[in-house]
Amino acid sequence: MIAESGHYALVLALALALIQSTVPILGVRWRDPALMNVSRSTALAQFMFVAVSFVALVMLYVTSDFSVVNVYENSHSSKPLLYKITGVWGNHEGSMLLWVSILALFGGLVAAFGNNLPLSLRAYVLAVQGWIASAFYLFILITSNPFLRIASPPIEGRDLNPVLQDIGLAVHPPMLYLGYVGFSISFSFAVAALLEGRIDAAWARWVRPWTLVAWIFLTLGIAMGSYWAYYELGWGGWWFWDPVENASLMPWLAGTALLHSAVVMEKRNALKVWTILLSILTFSLSLLGAFLVRSGVLTSVHAFATDPTRGVFILLILCIFIGGSLSLYAFRASALKQGGLFAPISREGALVLNNLFLTAACATVLIGTLYPLALEVLTGDKISVGAPFFNLTFGPLFLPLMIAVPFGPLLAWKRGDLLGAAQRLTAAGIAALLAVAMLWAWTRGGNAFAPLAIGLAVFVIGGALTDLAERTGLFRVPFTTAARRARGLPRATWGSAFAHAGVGVALIGIVCETTWNSEYIGSMRPDDVAKIAGYELKLEDVTQRKGPNFSEMLAQFTVSRDGQRLSEMTPSKRNFAARASSTTEAALLTNGASQLYISLGETAADGAIAVRIYYKPMVLLIWWGPILMAFGGVLSLSDRRLRVGAPKPAKAARGLQAAE
Amino acid sequence: MTLWFVFALMTVAAIFAVLWPLRRAGRPQSEGSEAAVYRDQLGEIDRDVASGLIGSTEAEAARVEISRRLLAARDSQDDAPVASSVRLRRSAAMLALIGLPIIAVATYLPLGSPRLGDFPLAQRARAPDAAQPFENMVAQVEAHLEKNPTDGRGWNVLAPVLARLGRFDEAVRAYRNSITYNGDSSERRSDLGEALAAAAGGVVTAEAKTEFERAVAMNADEVKASYFLGLAAEQDGRGSEAASIWRAMLAKAPPDAPWRPLVQAALARVGGAPVPLPGAPVLSNEAMAAAKDMKEADRSEMIRGMVERLATRLKQNGDDVEGWLRLVRAYMVMGDRDKARSALGDARQAVANDEARLRELNEGLKNLGLDG
Repeated sequence: MIAESGHYALVLALALALIQSTVPILGVRWRDPALMNVSRSTALAQFMFVAVSFVALVMLYVTSDFSVVNVYENSHSSKPLLYKITGVWGNHEGSMLLWVSILALFGGLVAAFGNNLPLSLRAYVLAVQGWIASAFYLFILITSNPFLRIASPPIEGRDLNPVLQDIGLAVHPPMLYLGYVGFSISFSFAVAALLEGRIDAAWARWVRPWTLVAWIFLTLGIAMGSYWAYYELGWGGWWFWDPVENASLMPWLAGTALLHSAVVMEKRNALKVWTILLSILTFSLSLLGAFLVRSGVLTSVHAFATDPTRGVFILLILCIFIGGSLSLYAFRASALKQGGLFAPISREGALVLNNLFLTAACATVLIGTLYPLALEVLTGDKISVGAPFFNLTFGPLFLPLMIAVPFGPLLAWKRGDLLGAAQRLTAAGIAALLAVAMLWAWTRGGNAFAPLAIGLAVFVIGGALTDLAERTGLFRVPFTTAARRARGLPRATWGSAFAHAGVGVALIGIVCETTWNSEYIGSMRPDDVAKIAGYELKLEDVTQRKGPNFSEMLAQFTVSRDGQRLSEMTPSKRNFAARASSTTEAALLTNGASQLYISLGETAADGAIAVRIYYKPMVLLIWWGPILMAFGGVLSLSDRRLRVGAPKPAKAARGLQAAE
Repeated sequence: MTLWFVFALMTVAAIFAVLWPLRRAGRPQSEGSEAAVYRDQLGEIDRDVASGLIGSTEAEAARVEISRRLLAARDSQDDAPVASSVRLRRSAAMLALIGLPIIAVATYLPLGSPRLGDFPLAQRARAPDAAQPFENMVAQVEAHLEKNPTDGRGWNVLAPVLARLGRFDEAVRAYRNSITYNGDSSERRSDLGEALAAAAGGVVTAEAKTEFERAVAMNADEVKASYFLGLAAEQDGRGSEAASIWRAMLAKAPPDAPWRPLVQAALARVGGAPVPLPGAPVLSNEAMAAAKDMKEADRSEMIRGMVERLATRLKQNGDDVEGWLRLVRAYMVMGDRDKARSALGDARQAVANDEARLRELNEGLKNLGLDG
């Protein structure tokens, strides 16, 4: 009964989505408020039914009802409860159900909290959400139905892919989906604006919180995924330029550009058409990611099951939505009222520069991801575009962007003073130069660019701090005054400072990890000692242990430094009988932001184990950076202050700042 | 019935969600507008001036800019009618009342299985289900083998069970282990080949064929392997070769061989149909029993038939310890504990004179979870 009720709830959600996608549009056409309002209640009800459906699937997993094909194929009765629940989205069908649940959640949120929207805009936005939802409900029901049954249920399930039996599965996909799907709202707003044929500064204000929410979750989701890959896959790598990772990076880059261009639109009523295009592109890239991952075009950890019919279906959805929205854009964009012009040296100008670099970076990633696929389709040649390509193209685009980041917030709207901004950044520049000099003196050899890159990161962080110091008048006015001003500062200012500092922090981590990472690879027997980066790791013992649904080989290491015993590390290798596969569980020892990392390889016939030991200096900064960025996003989200561009008169009193 | 009642309730809730906003003709009170945003912005400027965040000149400039937008927004404020037409609302309501249930039912019926209840594992474990002791036994044997992976007899017991459960890949592994630890034999090779074929969905793959060929090389009279080699030939489109293999089998077979009808049917298929259809192979009994879509009654009848044939064979020749074990296990699977007990007694009697066999039997029974 649970299974069938969940199935029927999903079908009802489809029916409601179909009504939601048609009736409100007719309502706007015929200017009928009652019909427009249908969008709201259907969106809420649709969310309720998808939630019922999702909860039903979770319950089926928890009770191990193997009469459901999806549960049988991806669960096992002896799996711990947490993995039974996370296993719901650890497979294609379940993850698509999570996808639509989040889509419906966002639709429901717009319906519930969209009181500040004009009726017709809300009707359009929810109708567009309804189209997207209908397409994906059909996709799920027709090609990837999680509620299909087996008449004579097997006794035991086939278990979840062992790599996915990890706490990471509880966090990474939901976060990432909240990000991907969150951009559907800005997409719907953009299409709604095109349908209405009217767009202005208020639009940007309305869409901003949704974009920000999506961006925050996408940032966290990508960071979490990267950390997960780092500790679970056993190679100590945190970014592989794998097409699937690129698929999540592209919407992030476009979304970041969108956030910045929406600010210009909100404050200066400019860049309107471009912002609309970015909204469409961001969600299109999210959809493209879904297509690449699910169609079987790529093979990776994320390609749970590949099925050509699914690929064709998603491709169809992709063509309809991207093609449709872009043609609509082509038809209507020229009819939209253009915004004002502005000077190149100004806050707007800096934001446009940001947009140029971010979209160019996004385009590079897109090319690097799609070119090998296209080549394979056309000529059959398999080439792999990996780190070298991206380092050579993505790096040079990001460097000038990073140099420009500190200048942006210091420039005023309309008319900026580049020289003045540079003067105010002197302190940050000096800090950066000091960092470079110290690193050069300290580290001999190694990559000559590394100290420069770290100097750049210090400059970015210093720039963010300078911005805050300038606005609060720290060091110029008495501390209490500065503190009062700091409290009164718009949260968005704090938010952008944190986010920009986060970029710098992540950059430091990336440079340190790639440059001064040391490794030891060899085979060890009990009582062997490995020396790495001043640490001594002694393999004490190798033991076997039985887990709930796996057996495990544990290696015990004692870590000591200068003869002093510091800690123990126990990496292990798990063997999952139900899937006849194994995973490596790396052991991590954190010291500040640096980590020691041990993962086990194969056991040789004579009892020696292949061991990989890495010392990764400052590696945790790579993930603290995005967390800072996301925190900045949250601060900015909590800001309800004015967002209007006020021209800064040339002789404005120092200390009085442009309104945010 | 409850299920349909729940469905009806859910449908009513969905319809209600569409009808709810249609009950009122007027415009809702809570509607935002651009003008509201700009007024809000003007108010915030005053607050910022008060808290000293913005200079008075800048504030003035900002006010002018916002006021300009505010005026523009007022101008374009739509002159929508405040009331909605009754005709439109009625047709929308009709759509919800008729369209929604039709869409829902028309989508659900081809996809759903409303007649199937839930099968949560806990409930199945409690139920006096024939599968219950069987499931426990499999788990026990698996656990035992996890600890003692070199126990060849254990693999011997487990492999056919896994094959029957439809876990063919694991059955293949179990048969391989059985060969490694028990030594090679034509029966084990052909069982392995059968599991390989079953894992490939009934197609005798090259890998499976190799196993059958090995089995036949060891024992030219190996029935199962010969049959499957014929099947392989049939699937490759060499019907005449298949027919000759099967004909040779029938010629050599004793008249009461239990597999006679199967081979005769296969022969008829090759000889009867002018173009043999590959991809429609006849599986062995075990594999067929595992077929998902088989009706419960048919399946249990087939299993019963198999078990009876096994019992008759053992009555004639009681030396086959493995056969006895299989028989006992089969009775237990069918939930027939009394028959299992009596078969056990028969088995003990049959091998009582042979120390080695008796020990083997007791070991096997222990593995099955019965006292030795």
